[in-house]
Amino acid sequence: MTGDRVLIGHGSGGKLYRDLVRDVFVAAFANPVLERLDDAAALASPGGRIALTTDAHVVQPLEFPGGDIGRLSVSGTVNDLATAAARPLALAAAFIIEEGFLLADLRRLCASMARTAEEACVPIVTGDTKVVQRGLADGLYITTTGVGEIVVDHDVSAAAVREGDAVLLSGSIGDHSAAVLAARGEFHFDLALQSDCAPLWSLVEGALAAGGTAVRFLRDPTRGGLTSVLAELAESADLGVEIEEEAVPVSPPVRALCELLGYDPFVLANEGKMVLVVGPEKADEVLAALRRHPLGAQAARIGAVTSAHPRRVALRTAFGTRRVLDMPIGELLPRIC
Amino acid sequence: MTEKDRQAAAQVPRLAAALAEAAGNRSFTFMEVCGTHTMAIARYGLRQLLPPGIRLVSGPGCPVCVTAMPDLDTVVAMARLPEVTLCTFGDLVRVPASHTTLAVERAAGADVRVVYSALDAVQIAADEPRRQVVFAGIGFETTAPTIAAALLTAWEQGVVNFSVLSMHKTMPAPLRALLDAGETQISGFILPGHVSVITGSDVFNFLVDDYGVGGVVAGFGPQDVLGALLALVRQQRPQISIEYTRAVTSQGNRVAQQIIAQVFEPCDAEWRGLGMIPESGLRLSPAYAGFDARTRFAVDPGEPREPAGCRCGEVLRGLVDPPECALFGSNCTPEEPIGACMVSSEGSCAAYYRYQDLEG
Repeated sequence: MTGDRVLIGHGSGGKLYRDLVRDVFVAAFANPVLERLDDAAALASPGGRIALTTDAHVVQPLEFPGGDIGRLSVSGTVNDLATAAARPLALAAAFIIEEGFLLADLRRLCASMARTAEEACVPIVTGDTKVVQRGLADGLYITTTGVGEIVVDHDVSAAAVREGDAVLLSGSIGDHSAAVLAARGEFHFDLALQSDCAPLWSLVEGALAAGGTAVRFLRDPTRGGLTSVLAELAESADLGVEIEEEAVPVSPPVRALCELLGYDPFVLANEGKMVLVVGPEKADEVLAALRRHPLGAQAARIGAVTSAHPRRVALRTAFGTRRVLDMPIGELLPRIC
Repeated sequence: MTEKDRQAAAQVPRLAAALAEAAGNRSFTFMEVCGTHTMAIARYGLRQLLPPGIRLVSGPGCPVCVTAMPDLDTVVAMARLPEVTLCTFGDLVRVPASHTTLAVERAAGADVRVVYSALDAVQIAADEPRRQVVFAGIGFETTAPTIAAALLTAWEQGVVNFSVLSMHKTMPAPLRALLDAGETQISGFILPGHVSVITGSDVFNFLVDDYGVGGVVAGFGPQDVLGALLALVRQQRPQISIEYTRAVTSQGNRVAQQIIAQVFEPCDAEWRGLGMIPESGLRLSPAYAGFDARTRFAVDPGEPREPAGCRCGEVLRGLVDPPECALFGSNCTPEEPIGACMVSSEGSCAAYYRYQDLEG
């Protein structure tokens, strides 16, 4: 390896490239499938239905309180699989690296990916690396693709949702966006902001074990926040959703930041939270299961599905009045994930 | 909920009941003239708590909404200059000018940057001496002192590649224009909270003296707005009073007033929907004319074009409620806005759109 930075040659497919793959990626992700360095990873088929998902990550800055692009790239894909009730089986990771990127930074981010993958019990089995000229890619972009085994037989989707179902939320909202915003250094905050970036499969697994077929719908409120998830749910299910504003957990520092900057925490991105729609007969049990999990300690029942105002989401304020929650418009905070 | 919110929530039903009782069978039309009030009323669903006789209309309180088309076109024309870095508050980015928006221009290569304060724009100018940084100055008396401070900072630090396109406006004048026009019978005003912090409530005494119309300066919580409405309904004779006592005095913030007077001077200004109102705008005073973007850059904004069917002007004058506009909710939505009142987060139409009737 020459020098302490990524060179154009590292993306060329030749010896430099092989060195980078071995010394950085294989060293960090260490698993037998990856170590074969085949172009395609051969995996045992789970036998049932599989889920497939992909996510590109362009977050700026690359590191922020509570996470980094590495942790985000693993969590994001694991969580998308989780929304399909799928246990993650394997991840692929494609890196687009800017010429001149410090190898030490790359190693640190890969170590973070490896730790997160271990938390989620999923190996990173294959990948790709491209290097682009200085000035492009803003340091690093990571795209992860994940395949998972769907562990339920019933349909988990908006189509399964019924009037009277409970809407649960696994914890406080707005944490990720607030932390990234603070890390951008445009403001000088004295607030304890931490991204909630985390893989949620074990949390969802516990919820599925408790709720069984009563778990109708799962979605993680990333870009567009809680409001987007609920608005899309209402639209797809052709039903209304009613949310109690007071029931939605928002941490004090996030609330303070939102008040200061005029943001609505309901539309801010989260990277370690899950929205669950559960039949009322099992809602309490699922909520208890969420709360037993370290990532679900603040889980709350925030509302219900209704046949009133179909395709619309209503928020009941603390003052007993109601207002509509609409899909947020335009780009609230760019490069958030 | 915080303790403060809890206490506020507790007062709301009591205030709503008192308001209904005080209003009785009488009809009132109260106008608020502050974008933050527009938002708060929508956010808390306050209209749902009002008795049937009280109509609450939004006036020209949203700085983006009252920016006239020629000014918007001037901002766009400046953004298109290759040497210009156009710095703006976020809510101006999607407002439709005659033919385009800043967001569209940015995608086409214009250097448009969102800042949270004018000082950020000065910093950008200091960091990038080869760029001409133009700050799009909109806002009322609340914002003007901060722009003035930024300009003084640029002046003191010799940041010569910084300039301000002042489209600032002042609040008392449009109220006079509205009442002179006599189109809507306004029973009283909910006076702007933040503007009044700067100006003091005395600047609104003319409402009583010249027009016999009262006003209450309100804060932004639901209990504040309801409290102000209650005070208005209970007024035996028109007067100007302050509900937002924790922040507003009759004289206002002298330091802020001085800094405005130092950097700006009054000028005639065109208001969307209200036309030209004398002495209602702020332009850079002669001592600071060197920082005036209008003189530094010769741009031709072209012929202004109002979108067909847009009734923003009438909405801003409180003549129609947003749903009465044929474009509302069909052709004109927050996602694809035609007029400023729909695109600005403080706009009347945007507030109405979000707070639509849920029944039926």
